[in-house]
Amino acid sequence: MSSDTTRTRVIVVPASKPALPTHIKLRHDPGRGRWHVLAPERVFEPDPIAIEILKRCDGVTSVEQIATDLAKDYNAPLQEILNDTISMLQELSDKGVVKAA
Amino acid sequence: MNEIAPMEQFSEKPVVEACARAPVGLLAELTHRCPLQCPYCSNPLELDRVNSELTTEQWQDVMRQAADLGILQIHLSGGEPTVRKDLEDIVEVAAKVGLYTNLITAGVTLTRDRLKRLKELGLDHVQLSIQDVDDVNAEKISAYKNGLAKKREVGKWVREFDMPLTINAPIHRLNIENLPNIIEFAVEMGAGRIEVANIQYYAWALKNRAALMPTRAQVLKSAEIVEAAKERLKGVMVFDFVVPDYYAKTPKPCMGGWGRGVMNVTPQGRVLPCHASESVPGLVFDNVKDRPLADIWLNGQAFQKYRGTSWMKEPCRSCPRAEIDFGGCRCQAMAFTGDAANTDPACKLSPHHGAFVAAAEQESAEQTPPPFVYRRMAPAKAPAAE
Repeated sequence: MSSDTTRTRVIVVPASKPALPTHIKLRHDPGRGRWHVLAPERVFEPDPIAIEILKRCDGVTSVEQIATDLAKDYNAPLQEILNDTISMLQELSDKGVVKAA
Repeated sequence: MNEIAPMEQFSEKPVVEACARAPVGLLAELTHRCPLQCPYCSNPLELDRVNSELTTEQWQDVMRQAADLGILQIHLSGGEPTVRKDLEDIVEVAAKVGLYTNLITAGVTLTRDRLKRLKELGLDHVQLSIQDVDDVNAEKISAYKNGLAKKREVGKWVREFDMPLTINAPIHRLNIENLPNIIEFAVEMGAGRIEVANIQYYAWALKNRAALMPTRAQVLKSAEIVEAAKERLKGVMVFDFVVPDYYAKTPKPCMGGWGRGVMNVTPQGRVLPCHASESVPGLVFDNVKDRPLADIWLNGQAFQKYRGTSWMKEPCRSCPRAEIDFGGCRCQAMAFTGDAANTDPACKLSPHHGAFVAAAEQESAEQTPPPFVYRRMAPAKAPAAE
């Protein structure tokens, strides 16, 4: 969205290092006891897996590393987790919620 | 990931149940003053005057109460919110209490320095409205000179400060043919999001309906244009497309259901379930000056009146869509059928649906539409004659 892009769709790959843009806020809502992603005129309610992925979107950790961590934590097959992570991040990137440089 | 869209009154998706108790969004109409005179303005025909507006401290208190109530997003609107010199003071408090702040502006009264300051104070997002991308047309619609050039400038500043930008484009018969250029304009401006928002016919827009209503063919074509652009611009710009419900078969879930996710505070501090709800008789609107916001939301008569489904009559009561569209819009039901508890005439099950659609078809087919009635404050006082 900013001047660093040439306004083309970003395709998320295992080496991508996703981050939340500064105007996207992952916030815990104590009143409702859940996490929200606050975006321009949108509120998303991430499920537990999405929360874990979003918390790791720091612009440094690669998608592959995120999936490796999650596969370990959830004792699940890496390839499956990687595919799910990529498809989720692609969807969020298309919605402008994550920046996947 | 579930998505709840507090401002998308017209989306088909039901509001997520977990959030139904506390409102998600608050539309703060800081003022009714505006340099533009768009004939589809959503403000009421009777506008609040400057000397009756809430003070800085009162608005700041609304922000604090909103956060306490569980509101997540605050939409600073108007009129034109930037005509208030204390906008910065209000944004500062809103950001401090953790509200996601959205400025809804026409841009023409904004300066670069002010925008910079607003960003520093924590403003999260700017929604910039445009009337058209054709200068002559834009001027005709807004009754304001050189607005478009100023908006281009504002859009540039927003991107310069690395803030997210939404272009809001109200669509009607005067600009619907320019839709491809409007979309292109938003891309050029660096917008991450565009609202292609067909006019909804309340207040000034209802008064000007015959001058604004596009034909069904135009609307269908515009939907095709949006679909194609959406696909082409996937990952570049997000689209929100609002259709005019005169050509719909089911009504919009207005405000995501009455008193369910959104509330509105007028310049004077009246708290409304939606910005048009003052057109519904029999409602009592509490004021933030008299009663806590949470109490108004939970117990206020205006909020309770059409909340949920128990107020419904047939065909809504037994309708499988009762909790999807909530019988549509109470204000539209009131305006068109004379009873706000009737189903919205946009619904094909309404006995008024035929006349409703016919009105749109007839008006849009007129070769020469009537002139605009521009949005203006009524003269201050007319002591002698009406």
